[in-house]
Amino acid sequence: MNASTTLVYDGSFNGFLTAVFVAFDEKINVADIQKNDQTQSGLFSDTETVFTHVEKAKRVWNGVRNKSHNAISNVYFAFLSEAEGVEMMLYSYIQKLMRTKNGKYLDYSDSTVLYIAQLARKVGREKHRMEAFVRFQLTKDEIYFANIEPDFDVLPLISKHFRDRYADQKWLIYDVKRKYGIYYDLDHVEMVSLNLKDIHYNKTVKNDAFTNEEYEYQTLWNDYFKSTYIASRINPKLHTQHVPKRYWKYLSEKKEAV
Amino acid sequence: MNFERIREKLNILADAAKYDVSCASSGSDRTNKTKGLGNASKMGICHSYTADGRCVSLLKILLTNHCIFDCAYCVTRKSNDVPRAAFKVQEVVDLTINFYRRNYIEGLFLSSGIFKSPDHTMERLVAVAKKLREEENFNGYIHLKSIPGASDELMYEAGLYADRLSVNIEVPTISGLKLLAPDKKHEDFTKPMEKVKNEIVRYKSERKIIKTTPKYAPAGQSTQMIVGASGESDKDIMYSATYYYKTFNMKRVYYSGYVPVTHDSRLPAIGSQVPMLRENRLYQTDWLLRFYGFSIGEILNNQHPNLDMDVDPKLSWALRNLHHFPVNINTADKQLLARIPGIGMRSVDKIVKARKFRKLNWDHLKKIGVALNRAQYFMVCDSRHWERRDLDADKIKGMILQNSSGKFRNQYSTQLSLFN
Repeated sequence: MNASTTLVYDGSFNGFLTAVFVAFDEKINVADIQKNDQTQSGLFSDTETVFTHVEKAKRVWNGVRNKSHNAISNVYFAFLSEAEGVEMMLYSYIQKLMRTKNGKYLDYSDSTVLYIAQLARKVGREKHRMEAFVRFQLTKDEIYFANIEPDFDVLPLISKHFRDRYADQKWLIYDVKRKYGIYYDLDHVEMVSLNLKDIHYNKTVKNDAFTNEEYEYQTLWNDYFKSTYIASRINPKLHTQHVPKRYWKYLSEKKEAV
Repeated sequence: MNFERIREKLNILADAAKYDVSCASSGSDRTNKTKGLGNASKMGICHSYTADGRCVSLLKILLTNHCIFDCAYCVTRKSNDVPRAAFKVQEVVDLTINFYRRNYIEGLFLSSGIFKSPDHTMERLVAVAKKLREEENFNGYIHLKSIPGASDELMYEAGLYADRLSVNIEVPTISGLKLLAPDKKHEDFTKPMEKVKNEIVRYKSERKIIKTTPKYAPAGQSTQMIVGASGESDKDIMYSATYYYKTFNMKRVYYSGYVPVTHDSRLPAIGSQVPMLRENRLYQTDWLLRFYGFSIGEILNNQHPNLDMDVDPKLSWALRNLHHFPVNINTADKQLLARIPGIGMRSVDKIVKARKFRKLNWDHLKKIGVALNRAQYFMVCDSRHWERRDLDADKIKGMILQNSSGKFRNQYSTQLSLFN
């Protein structure tokens, strides 16, 4: 039996795909695939560091995509979940996919396939939530600015949505948890990292980074939100089910509730 | 912008609009081509939820709550003593654009009380939509109310700018309409629907030939009915809903449990409970008709004019038709799978795909997400364990109710509670 090997990659999606490529290419008996900032060497396995190689990554991407478009988006979405041990699950998912002719991604009675499909769905839900729960605030230098703190790393997934929608305004969405953001300068979207002094969640004190008009519209929005419910139908449980409390911090209509 | 004045108006006119339940922003595929503002999302986005758990996706306001009509069920009717206000066209446009830019909303839902005449009102609504589209280059979602009695020309123009048009018929029966809204005629509602339907059909066929044909109300039409105001049965409501789906190609019919807003001997008194459970059962029925392949006569007929309150309509149908069951999960076709209580369309889809690889057993079904507490009495799968007892409908119903819990359970339980 071959000795098993732990592959270590740089944490990027391309890095992960390169690791998959290397594993297939060198017929490695993979013990685990780990990010380089959280390695943990096994007792009976060697460790090998994989250097990200875009061409190799692309070959895996195309290989999976040729099997099915659905499968490649499942792989990408599930990877962004940052779930513990997801790399190994994805590796075995890709193995299963490649071994069969086609359609394996539809085998919901296989536990790996079902797990990946459900995980991808969770990430998809978070993506959709972020498309809904981002609240821009207009800064004095005319940038619509929002802080978010999503459960999964969904910024790469939502950038197209916001670029298409807000094509005529500058905007910046910053992920507080992962410390990077995406910025649109009326032409294209780029990744930025900021040195934020404070996080802009709901505060009752006005911050002078934002325009005065901004606070007026927030008040109007708050008022509107309050006048939309029918008192005799009130249902707090359903409300928090739809808008979980962990998001309230950044929703301006929840200013008073936080 | 006079902030305080706008604030006052918004409070009055948003409050009056909240009884309209429709807040869908889905179904439109308007895209942002010229670097303008906005892009309709095909699946719709709910940006927030109200304290009563309903979606907030559009800025839902009235243009004005002045009204010349006196419909008994309506909060803005002529004889009601409430503060009145009216927005200017530009004010609505500014609010919409600024809310949209901050990602608060998907677009605008504009309704109105009828001032002066139906045409006069409709003209103002169309003016708002036109301004948004042509001056602001706005591609977000616009839902306009068709004002009952508006002329064909205005309805035609409305469809050019709006994504969805709707007329609320509110009272499902013609006799009820005579009683509660004596100023309105049934034809006033159906005429604008008819016009819009015909235009949608015409534009669709034209697009097949000329690709650049502009969009005409791409998200279709919808309507709304009040439930529990005029003593109609579930059968009346669902048959008339089916009529509107078929005759006018409605995208949606909404059911709104009547919230008492006035003292009127023709209506339930203020403070009586909103029939939310009934509303829920009607929506379930609506779904069965649209997605599960049921026909209306199977669920509601002269023997069963009302839906069961204690079990959902699909389970209730299954209990009346035990001769169709048990169904074999591994061989039955899609339509039959969809009729098993506890199996939704998503599960049907997963089952059909998964069973190509192996025969499915209880474990698989559980992981896929089937509600086995209901489904187990109506199906067999690849397992030696299945319901062998010859149970009758009452027995099955009893066992299902015993082994499950429901949020509405306390409303129909005959068991007295010990502590309250």
